[in-house]
Amino acid sequence: MNFWLVLTVNSITFGGLLFLLSAGFSLIFGLMRIPNLTHGSLFMLGAYVGATFTVGLLGFKLNFWLAAILATLAVAAIGALAERLLLRRLPGDQLAQVLVTLGLSFMAADLCLMLWGGDPLNVTTPDGLGGFVRVGTVAFPMYRLAIIAIAIVVAVGLWLLLDRTRLGAMIRAGVDDPDMARVVGIRVSQLFTIVFALGAGLAAFAGIIGGPILSVYPGLDQDMLPLALVVVILGGTGSLLGSFVGSIIVGFIYNFGQALLPELAYFVLFMPMLLVLLLRPQGLFGRQIP
Amino acid sequence: MMGNFLTPRCLAIAVAIALLAALPAWMNGVYYVNVASQILFYAVFALGLNVLVGYAGLTSLGHAALFGVAAYATAYMLQLGYGHTESILVALLVGVASMAVYAVLSLRSTGIGFIMITLALGEILWGLAYRWISLTGGDNGINVPKRPAPFGFAMSNATNFYYVTLIVFLLSVIAMAIFVRSPFGAALRGTRDQPRRMNALGYHVWLIRFYACLFSGLLTAVSGILFVYYTQFISPQTLALTSSAEVLLMVIAGGPGTLLGPIVGAGLVVIVKTVVSGFIERWNFLLGAIFVAIVILMPDGLVPGTTRLWRRFIRKRPPAPAKTEAAP
Repeated sequence: MNFWLVLTVNSITFGGLLFLLSAGFSLIFGLMRIPNLTHGSLFMLGAYVGATFTVGLLGFKLNFWLAAILATLAVAAIGALAERLLLRRLPGDQLAQVLVTLGLSFMAADLCLMLWGGDPLNVTTPDGLGGFVRVGTVAFPMYRLAIIAIAIVVAVGLWLLLDRTRLGAMIRAGVDDPDMARVVGIRVSQLFTIVFALGAGLAAFAGIIGGPILSVYPGLDQDMLPLALVVVILGGTGSLLGSFVGSIIVGFIYNFGQALLPELAYFVLFMPMLLVLLLRPQGLFGRQIP
Repeated sequence: MMGNFLTPRCLAIAVAIALLAALPAWMNGVYYVNVASQILFYAVFALGLNVLVGYAGLTSLGHAALFGVAAYATAYMLQLGYGHTESILVALLVGVASMAVYAVLSLRSTGIGFIMITLALGEILWGLAYRWISLTGGDNGINVPKRPAPFGFAMSNATNFYYVTLIVFLLSVIAMAIFVRSPFGAALRGTRDQPRRMNALGYHVWLIRFYACLFSGLLTAVSGILFVYYTQFISPQTLALTSSAEVLLMVIAGGPGTLLGPIVGAGLVVIVKTVVSGFIERWNFLLGAIFVAIVILMPDGLVPGTTRLWRRFIRKRPPAPAKTEAAP
């Protein structure tokens, strides 16, 4: 019984992290029509930068949350720069843009290996969240519950941003019909940069707060990118609800698969994606993108 | 106009074949002969991917997994104790059958959708190779103890292996040349440029693309088998996204949709990789940088790019105006 409960909490935690990662991926896909193959790298980069800040940079040792915010901002800036300087040069050529993100992801992975070496970095759990919450006989790690709470807060925040603000309305208009959005005076190309930075920041944030449970190691990017891809294919692109539901589903399948069928965990993970592709290509909550 | 160029063209091909055939003689050193073998089987792989990327307009990011599946099938059959002939036949079959499954799943869409599905399928196969330890040996991979010796021609020797690879390479190039000139090749290019019009003309677009996938899968499987006999070892790393990107870089760098492009690309990538890895470990960084640079600066690849420069040089005439790009 305990085993199943713990596994369930772990699944939801992982689902929460995946939501932070894939919400941006989905928005970028919805708006720019490209799968951003650097998304795993941004996750890893955020994790490395955050871990470095918490361990201490030039003698300054930062508080975990301060480090998280700084690393998020830094990676968001890198994302915005990549969009401005490189993707912007290939307007309308989605294939070329995908290939550029692929090339950038290799460069980022190699740079991380060069800067931080091949050994995994362990990130200490932030102060005050190292304990356990006891419910009856079961003890849940407090940090995992905190991640769930953070994911919910971010989800609500993103929903408010997209549904209740002027910027959100502009982004939704851009996702639905970029040409019409341009006609009515929305600067869609500026939205590209904003959304790319937002997605990069979210991915980096997920990387940092995932650090204490996943640790940070070379190849983390390659582990996370396919998961984001599965979430978005499952949930549908450009849909926040789709990312959320998809993340939770993938979180469960991934953790239960690892525990019950370790040899076939990957296969089990991708099966629902293939089913969705065959039966409902636009994803559970997506609309057909022309 | 082509008729006038036919003679120099034939001459160039004859010279190229003669140079390749004599390569072990003028390249002294097993090391260089081995590099040449690598270029040739990677060129076969790139030719196979080019069928989809260049002629069908379908970019696959999961082709290394197919290459790896054929290699694994060979190694696994040999491990079970079967002979080389049976192993190679089974590997070809498994490679083409995997491609058929790939095609059925990924041909539901084109463009970005096709990339995402092939990427995901490649990751599945990589994950299986990595995690299904009882079948694949996981990270330890599978060793292939011996290379075959068809008709007593021992391939264990680097020069002999080179010649067998050269023959397979030439056969693949001939197959590609026939394919490109055939009505099927024309139909495939039609489905790339005008799928709806082709459909209206009565062509079965899906089926044409499916056959193209099978052809691509066959060449990929052939190169995978050569690869596993060359390295005599196969591990999940061969199936990884990096490998798929490497072969895609060969096609894109050389020039997709040209016969010579992937061959030049394979030569470029293998040489840069071999030379660079002698000095630094940062091959992946360079791979990424070359990728970005080529996509941004020379989007149609080296072969069409240099051909255009050459034509401009001999005609002293401005080239066709570059395609106008939509404002962002």
